[in-house]
Amino acid sequence: MTTPVELEQTQVDPAVDEVGTEDRPWLTIVWNDPVNLMSYVTYVFQKLFGYSRDEATKLMLDVHHKGRAVVTRGSRDKVEIDVAKLHGAGLWATMQRDA
Amino acid sequence: MNGWRRRGGLVVAALSEREAGLLRGLVGQVRDMLAARVAAIPQDELSELTGITAGPTTAPADRVLARLLPDFHREDATLSGGLRALHEPELVAIKDEVAGIVLDTCPVRGGRVRLSDEQAQAWLSALNDVRLALGAVLEVTEDMPDELPPEDPRATHLAVYHWLTWVQESLIQALAGAEGAGT
Repeated sequence: MTTPVELEQTQVDPAVDEVGTEDRPWLTIVWNDPVNLMSYVTYVFQKLFGYSRDEATKLMLDVHHKGRAVVTRGSRDKVEIDVAKLHGAGLWATMQRDA
Repeated sequence: MNGWRRRGGLVVAALSEREAGLLRGLVGQVRDMLAARVAAIPQDELSELTGITAGPTTAPADRVLARLLPDFHREDATLSGGLRALHEPELVAIKDEVAGIVLDTCPVRGGRVRLSDEQAQAWLSALNDVRLALGAVLEVTEDMPDELPPEDPRATHLAVYHWLTWVQESLIQALAGAEGAGT
């Protein structure tokens, strides 16, 4: 005999269960690459994250000039999904803990 | 091809037979590479029972596939591996779907292409995947010249790459321009 697993209580992820997690969110980083068009990157930021054209353009220019930009931040789950969306669109994105 | 235009709620362009053949061939190749990646994943009894297949935990050795399916984290290989296993099947499915939409809507012998916004966005993603793939093969850099010397084996392919860039840029302008104008 068995009982149903209590999903919400048993799936404790040590990586997000540390003290201080609230203060150190995860970041979605987009990296510069030589193939993606500036116009396309701007378009993707608007479509995926709802940024205005001006906000999306500013982030795109950060990627272009500084080599990277933080495009979203939040819980590990949220950022993980954002990175997957960016990979779906062909952008070079990674996630990392805020320093 | 003279670029994409908005016409009656659709995004339209005309492709020559050669252009259509080139595009279909490249989109098909990217699709085949992704399918080969999926086929290489060993099936186990659990995935047969559940219908849920976990993706591989390691990045593709091939540089084209590695660019299409990058790591989730730059240093943490364990985290990257786990997230790859979780997300890669869906990412491959998305790329397969947009490639399929291009192959369904691009006439084999060329001619007029008429796309809904949704189809046009699929074309945009598929064109980008093909450019990423070609860019990886050609080792494109930001200061890549417009033309390579004719004796360079990459010269013809670079011309194709630049053509795809132009087709994609034109499609973005047709899609984003109309939104900017509020139509």
